[in-house]
Amino acid sequence: MERQVIRELEKLLGKQAVLSAPEDLLMYEYDGSVEVARPDCVVFPRTTEHVVGIVRLANQHNVPLVGRGAGTGLSGGALARKGGICIVFSRMNRILSIDLENQRAVVQPGVVNLDLTRAVEHAGLYFAPDPSSQRACTIGGNVAENAGGPHTLAYGVTVNHITGLELVMPSGEVVRIGSSCVEAPGYDLTGLLVGSEGTLALITEITVKLTRLPEAVKTLLAIYETVDDATETVAEITACGITPSACEMLDGKTLRAVEAYVHAGFPLDCAAVLLIEVEGLREAVEGQAEDIADVCRRHRAREVRVARDAAERELLWKGRKNAFGALGRLAPSNYVQDGVIPRTKLPETLRRIDEIGRAHGFDIGNVFHAGDGNLHPIILFDARDKQQFERAVETATEIITLCLDMGGAITGEHGVGMEKDALMQLMFTEADLDAMRSVRDAFNPAGLLNPGKIFPFGKGCGEMRIRPLPVSASDASA
Amino acid sequence: MSPASTTTLERLRGVAGGASVSTDSAQLEAFRVDGMQPAAVVRPATAEGVAEVVRFAAAEKLGVVPVGGRTKLGIGMPPTRYDLALDMTGLNRVIAYDPNDLTLSVEVGLRLAELTPMLAEHKQFLPLAVPFTRQTTIGGTIATGVDSPLRQFYGTARDYVLGIEFVTGAGVLTKSGGRVVKNVAGYDLHKLMIGALGTLGVITRVNFKTFPLPPASCGFVAAFPNFEAALEMRKRVLESPLQPLTLEVLSPALAQIFHCQAPTTLGEALGPVGTWLSTSEWTLTAGFGGREPVLERYATELTRLAAESCATNTAVLDDTDRPLLWGRLRECFPMLLETSPLATIFKIGALSSQLGRVLNTLRLTLERHSLPLVTLVRGAGLTYVALLPTKPGPEGLQQLADAVTPVFEVGAGLAEHVTIPWCPTELKRRINVWGPPRRDHSLLVKMKQTFDPQNILNPGRYVGGL
Repeated sequence: MERQVIRELEKLLGKQAVLSAPEDLLMYEYDGSVEVARPDCVVFPRTTEHVVGIVRLANQHNVPLVGRGAGTGLSGGALARKGGICIVFSRMNRILSIDLENQRAVVQPGVVNLDLTRAVEHAGLYFAPDPSSQRACTIGGNVAENAGGPHTLAYGVTVNHITGLELVMPSGEVVRIGSSCVEAPGYDLTGLLVGSEGTLALITEITVKLTRLPEAVKTLLAIYETVDDATETVAEITACGITPSACEMLDGKTLRAVEAYVHAGFPLDCAAVLLIEVEGLREAVEGQAEDIADVCRRHRAREVRVARDAAERELLWKGRKNAFGALGRLAPSNYVQDGVIPRTKLPETLRRIDEIGRAHGFDIGNVFHAGDGNLHPIILFDARDKQQFERAVETATEIITLCLDMGGAITGEHGVGMEKDALMQLMFTEADLDAMRSVRDAFNPAGLLNPGKIFPFGKGCGEMRIRPLPVSASDASA
Repeated sequence: MSPASTTTLERLRGVAGGASVSTDSAQLEAFRVDGMQPAAVVRPATAEGVAEVVRFAAAEKLGVVPVGGRTKLGIGMPPTRYDLALDMTGLNRVIAYDPNDLTLSVEVGLRLAELTPMLAEHKQFLPLAVPFTRQTTIGGTIATGVDSPLRQFYGTARDYVLGIEFVTGAGVLTKSGGRVVKNVAGYDLHKLMIGALGTLGVITRVNFKTFPLPPASCGFVAAFPNFEAALEMRKRVLESPLQPLTLEVLSPALAQIFHCQAPTTLGEALGPVGTWLSTSEWTLTAGFGGREPVLERYATELTRLAAESCATNTAVLDDTDRPLLWGRLRECFPMLLETSPLATIFKIGALSSQLGRVLNTLRLTLERHSLPLVTLVRGAGLTYVALLPTKPGPEGLQQLADAVTPVFEVGAGLAEHVTIPWCPTELKRRINVWGPPRRDHSLLVKMKQTFDPQNILNPGRYVGGL
């Protein structure tokens, strides 16, 4: 990128709001995925006007743009695949208004997910989408990826909680879509924009619904000797029409790593646990918890524990939400998958994933949103070994293909990003993809906004899945 | 259609494959939209058949109106061109139903009334308690985005449609989403299709998340001397831990209609409502479900909240009485439309905190025009107001026309949006039922051009003249 662009950005935003030295850019070439791509510069706008200015400059100089929140994404969505300017929204982190009576808040995209809940919980409200990274991830990122989380089983994913957005179009035009009320007349552009992975417009303001905290919560931990018993429990809970607010599974491998890290009281000798939560009226919670415990026991749960108090419940959830990190104890690298399958296919799919792992010589951990069939098989490997890296990517493709064969989807909540673009062809026809591309082109005609995401480049599948290894500083200078 | 229509139709018969093409005058009459009649009714049997017809129409620049149960053809502006009625009722298969996964995939021509018993066999349902229950198809329900009392708890189609297959205005069969309950792969084009009135694509298949039927349900009604008290109760319910399935407020004039009439569109005869529904006071009604202890808790708490909000009377409705009210709430719009050929129904989207002011201003406005305040406040704060002119013919139309602008103005001042889902065609010559263009109009135009470049799908019927 030309030096001139950096100078103009500094003039627009101030020197402290523009990074371009290679050592400063390092941390922006990663997110939570295995992908790597370095931007040419990183900018920190504070206002919508700043964003408009950046977009105009990018247009003048024909430089790609990519929005970024906290960089916790798991599909490379916020990485600058084609270089250019990375717009980090961390300084646009103000809650602009809170309307308790109408259960709405208007926030800037850089507001951290959990900070919004903290700001409204005194009034018995919270922001329902709860990705595991909610202490760090931003609502802008949640909107871009249509993030999920354990409790989306009952409350829906991010899109179900967004009513309106302010957009900066790739042309620099500012447009408001949706409203604070529901069902503004016209096409549901808000529904389209949420989950569009930053490829249609930059989001500078978000109107969210706030949800009322439940009167009662009960958290159950069901402990199993086999993975099959656990997955069959989930299938039956679903089939019986019992609706827990969360239903998570952790397998033994994951549990042991987690327990060593958080000391949540997870048993070390079991094959799997289900962490199931029910919420609502006291009377409803009692009945549901009993029903669930019955199903668990019918499927040979060794023990069904009920968290005695909020502290115990929080500890169990801390274990769940830090599971990906804890797996770092088992291998130098891990590669989190995000496939979805019908709940009826859980037992069979888990068995087949285990087989796929064995065939490739990998340990695969499983910690996932079992209640909505959203799998997160985690391949444990060593990224420093090029062959292992390539095999890990092959393994991942096999797992996701298996999910599709089961009638599922290639991503439940992490997004396509630059990780699964080639896999889109397995789920959608060329006509489907063309329809989506034409929407992207209508919003983002020059393709400057987050290029290289979601859509396959048209190369063969195997070819695309092999990613470059992270380059060390010495490699880069060579 | 142009004078060349006979030959055009001959060629259409050639390309339409298995689709039947009818020019029978009784048929054409039955597919009238705002008084306009198509040149032909085409009834394909497959999604590919739909695509072929649309491709033909795009090449010939024929105006196409996709049609299901013909119950909501009055929604929107008159089409600027109407050559072909695309009768979708030939696509009526259940593609897949996996009750143990609570997922369902159906073709759009299937009538909701046929689907309901199939789901009920597995103690499941779709929370689409939409009007015209007996006739309405899945496609019409989704394309019009019509809501239901159950939105209070279950949300709207936007919240439980998992994927949609549709034919673009260029005649390309395409899809987005999937069949599993969680999925973020690709753009959610299906969100655009819901409520788009078929102006972006002809929906051919819809994938749903189904829901377990509550083990038992009850209803609750409370009468209030004024709407302020009824809204106060509504607010208290929303701030309580209760999560009713439905929560609606009715004006006395609407309750009177419920007393005098039974819906004819429900598919079953409904007995009269009891004295528990007041005709002189405002009513709040709530539905709730669950097992015995849960139902008891609701009954107790709702009764207490009603008392705290100065209710003059309350009643808990069991399985004998509850359907009498719920059936009417479900079929509220067709019932209102039956009261007068001039019936006009507004939909006002306002935040809860504004509802009091909205109702008060409406009351004053309608009083000035000698019209009763027939209104229903639904979940999410959507307020439906019916103008039912008291005078017949041209005088009634004038009475209506005079009141319409002030009601739009009420909305413009206090609400986020105002539209008119239902009104006589004559009124559409004077006003745009969608209100003035919105700030995102340019993006709506872009979407229309992207999906329907020849502007053949329901041309002119949608928001902003699209």
